[in-house]
Amino acid sequence: MTPHEVDPRELRARYPDVFDRPASARLAMPAMIVAAFAVLIYGLVDLDFSPSRFIAGLSQLGWITLMMIPPDPGSSLPIYLKALGETLSIALLGTTLAAVFALPVSLLAARNVVPSKLLRFPVRRVLDSIRGVDTLIWALVWINVVGLGPFAGVLAIAVSDFGAFGKLFSEAIEGADQKQVEGIRASGGSPLHEIRFGLLPQVLPVIAGQVLYFIESNTRSATIIGIVGAGGIGLQLAEQIRVLEWQKVSFLILMILVAVAAIDFISGKLRFAIIGRRAVA
Amino acid sequence: MTTAVSILPEQQLAALNAAYRRAVGRKRLRLLSGIAIFAAALTLAAIGAEVNLRTLFTYFGNFVSYFDRILTLDTGQRVWTDVGEWLWGWRKWLKMLGETLLISYVGTLIGATLAFGLNFFAAENTSPARWLRFTVRRLLEFARTVPGIVFALVFVIAFGLGPMAGVLAIAIHSTGALGKLFSEIVENADMKPVEGIRSTGASWLACMRFAVVPQVTAGYASYALLRFEINVREASVMGFVGAGGIGQELVVAIRKFYYSDVSAILLTIIVTVFIIDITTGWLRGRLFGREART
Repeated sequence: MTPHEVDPRELRARYPDVFDRPASARLAMPAMIVAAFAVLIYGLVDLDFSPSRFIAGLSQLGWITLMMIPPDPGSSLPIYLKALGETLSIALLGTTLAAVFALPVSLLAARNVVPSKLLRFPVRRVLDSIRGVDTLIWALVWINVVGLGPFAGVLAIAVSDFGAFGKLFSEAIEGADQKQVEGIRASGGSPLHEIRFGLLPQVLPVIAGQVLYFIESNTRSATIIGIVGAGGIGLQLAEQIRVLEWQKVSFLILMILVAVAAIDFISGKLRFAIIGRRAVA
Repeated sequence: MTTAVSILPEQQLAALNAAYRRAVGRKRLRLLSGIAIFAAALTLAAIGAEVNLRTLFTYFGNFVSYFDRILTLDTGQRVWTDVGEWLWGWRKWLKMLGETLLISYVGTLIGATLAFGLNFFAAENTSPARWLRFTVRRLLEFARTVPGIVFALVFVIAFGLGPMAGVLAIAIHSTGALGKLFSEIVENADMKPVEGIRSTGASWLACMRFAVVPQVTAGYASYALLRFEINVREASVMGFVGAGGIGQELVVAIRKFYYSDVSAILLTIIVTVFIIDITTGWLRGRLFGREART
């Protein structure tokens, strides 16, 4: 079989969608790119970007990087280790506290537990608002209430995770199989029995996985809330940056990286053990 | 209809019961030891974090009354009775909010562009050389793991106070996060088009341009929008370290105890975050269908 000659005109006539797209469709993409670029230029001008400032800053940054080498804790290694322990404590306690308080509330926000939209709606909006406020802001608020120190950090992480857990848990509960709940109801169980024996066994492994994942990510958050004064290694980091002790700064950053990697590794193993390899997101 | 339940002989039943009890006992023991280890870790953490329950109970009233205070105007009335007085600084705050959005927009765009340039080197199936992949991956990991606000602290010193430091911090952090996500999309892309293009004698660059990019742009855009959402939140606190945006106003209000201002600024931040979440969610739904929503 020989390939027969193709007449371009015939092709054009046969596939008008490909060859003769309306101008609006052809122009949409370039127009979007031009608009995005225009906003970018406006942003750069409005935010005081200038090439000279950028280059000066880069050379400064180069100097700073040079001064960071080699990382050296000086004589304050014990203090830093203690601060790191504090950070890990903040992450663990804050996450646990949030999970304990979020579980009952998440039941209220789940469609299959509370069918009344009137009751669910405000609970969800409250959770949304809590999530809309960054952990650092919560840390500032708690510092005003309980004073400077790691305790404020624990409470800040607890509150901001409470919002996240409330949403995640209620989604896990809504994804649970209703058949087991119906089974409990059919055998004469009360609504509380339904939750305890029908829902919880299904959702607890999912929830445990999420809590572990949050402990992991909160180790990162806990490192930064110290910057506003809520304890942990962030406090040391911010202080050393302010006094320009760059060798100590790089050492602290290295410590944070190693700690985060270690926690990632451990909690990854634990999550696999709890919910199996497949379900890990 | 009758049903028959077979009753096992006594001996067989006893053996089965014993096995069942052993199995349950083992499971319980494992659970209990897990709980014990967890409780020990919590106690240790509580000592480490200087948790004092008495402080919490004494101060919990403060927490409630703090919200009471931030919802009260200087005149002693509730804030919503006099919205004009409550939101007295709305011009300034809206301007700062605009700056916050601009910071996250420019930061996300720069970050996404850098991530776009780097991710083909980091993906398993498209990276031209092993050492290059290793280097790029470590770079992205570093940019991702160091929190954005730490970059901001350093950049404020290098580039001076102002939104420029915030933009660069957000850009670097986004490069790390997006670079990883982008390269994962590339790893999931279909390699047949790449083979097709390579068989025509095309260069690596042409393979990427004509075989990979058309497959992955939708996913890229979806993740970039999601990142924009996250960056709006992040940009709202960049001001805490002097890197521009509404955070500056908020930290001043909190530190100087301008109570009603705190609630007003928080309200504007929450509303903005809501609007951005809803808009980008809608946009992602429109552009990429419902399944692209995560």
